[in-house]
Amino acid sequence: MHGDILTPLVMGILLGGLYALIALGLSMIFGVMRLINLAHGDLVVLGSYLSYALLSYFGLDPILGLIITIPVLFGLGFFIQQFLLKRAFAISAEAPLIIAFGIALIIQNGVQIGFSPLLRGITTSYSMASFNLGSLQFPVSYLLDFIVALIVMLAFREFFTRTYMGRAITAASQNKKAAQLMGINTKMIYGFAFGLAMISAAIAGTFMGMTFPFTPVSGTQFLIIAFGVVIIGGLGSLLGTFLGGLILGLVQTLTAYYFGSATQMLFVYLAVLIVLAIRPQGLFGR
Amino acid sequence: MSQDIILKIDRIDVFHGTFQALWEVSVEVRRGEMLALIGANTAGKSTLLDTISGLLHPASGSIQFENHDISSADPYRIVELGITQVPEGRGIFPEMTVLANLEIGSYTKRARANCAKNLKKVYKLFPRLEERKKQIAKTLSGGEQQMLVIGRGLMSEPRIMLIDEMSLGLAPIIINEIFRTLKTVRESGITIMFVEQNVRKSIQESDRAYILENGRVVLCGTSAELCEEDKVKKAYFGI
Repeated sequence: MHGDILTPLVMGILLGGLYALIALGLSMIFGVMRLINLAHGDLVVLGSYLSYALLSYFGLDPILGLIITIPVLFGLGFFIQQFLLKRAFAISAEAPLIIAFGIALIIQNGVQIGFSPLLRGITTSYSMASFNLGSLQFPVSYLLDFIVALIVMLAFREFFTRTYMGRAITAASQNKKAAQLMGINTKMIYGFAFGLAMISAAIAGTFMGMTFPFTPVSGTQFLIIAFGVVIIGGLGSLLGTFLGGLILGLVQTLTAYYFGSATQMLFVYLAVLIVLAIRPQGLFGR
Repeated sequence: MSQDIILKIDRIDVFHGTFQALWEVSVEVRRGEMLALIGANTAGKSTLLDTISGLLHPASGSIQFENHDISSADPYRIVELGITQVPEGRGIFPEMTVLANLEIGSYTKRARANCAKNLKKVYKLFPRLEERKKQIAKTLSGGEQQMLVIGRGLMSEPRIMLIDEMSLGLAPIIINEIFRTLKTVRESGITIMFVEQNVRKSIQESDRAYILENGRVVLCGTSAELCEEDKVKKAYFGI
């Protein structure tokens, strides 16, 4: 039986990568704009439905479909920030949260009208396949998720540390006035940052959709996962998000292995509570 | 605009919400000079600098910078044109390294091309910054942070540098060292306008000064002229 622990171990790590990818956008927006984007989970699901639609109606492979879903979600994110949230920030500290909540509702109901409440899944030739590691078998989709998560996080890290735009976003999140005084157009920067978070949501949604079935209300689940990841890993830290995801994934699969799959989410929430109690800013939080 | 005057602030009124912070304030800044802005805490000095930088906009009056009307310009535009502010409280990017802080100073298109060249110049002025270039900014001492933000300001290739309350919390030795460095900066052709709490120091280090009181300009003149003013003597030197 001992050899079997390798299965949940590997699955937990692979799953953790996907969880980190889902949480990435939430972590970023909080890090840059101090906003808890309650619509984040639903925006990820929107990415899932967009990929699904491109596959169903045009037969477009979801990975290729990213060429369309990424710009669409980037534009949507930019629009949400520039035309809705920016005004909300000027009204009060709570207004953006309410707007985000409203956006979540609109998306949920929108996709329900468009796609019905039925369970959907993005199925391709490879999404159902499995691969072998020695004598064990794993779903290809899980591996794909992990690799993509790694690529996206590394890409984001390079962007934030090496490009002027990325550094400008980082600077603006640390001292907005000083950033303005350095010639950074903070009016545009936040829109761009939100758009970036949406790019990660588009990718997360697409791969999530290939791994698990989803419905219009899956967004809430995703949001809870994202919250769990950032609470454990700490908001605003790329490394923290990645490790938080891994921990969450491992807790889920290992407890399912030892205690049965009915209890896995219970232990995940327990883990989140423990971290909140001992180190509320998360393992790597600021 | 006369060739001598690089920045002309003409009778501006500036409000914070409904509270009027500046009343018909007029200031002329001459090319290459070291100009001091003196006044008590509520006099409106920071408000004036923030208005020049575009963070606030005057309700009436105008601000002209080398034949551009910048009264309603966005802050980033004003930096592009050539006015950089070193804000009150230093304004470091605390979690970024010294080097990253300096490099972000070259953000504007104009300054980006010369980033490496300007970095060398800043290191020459402030060797301590080069020593600590990999250090996280928030771990620097107060004096080093002040040097960092002045260096960062220089990276943007300003024609005018505004410095707000540079010496807060710094030891006199450091303050003098920084003022000496500012003299070198001035010699390279940059105009400097600074706000200082220490009146004696301000008049000592500047060519000319404006004194603000409750949002109005009450006195202006060369250091020599101001030292003669009874008002200045009584209020600030206790004579």
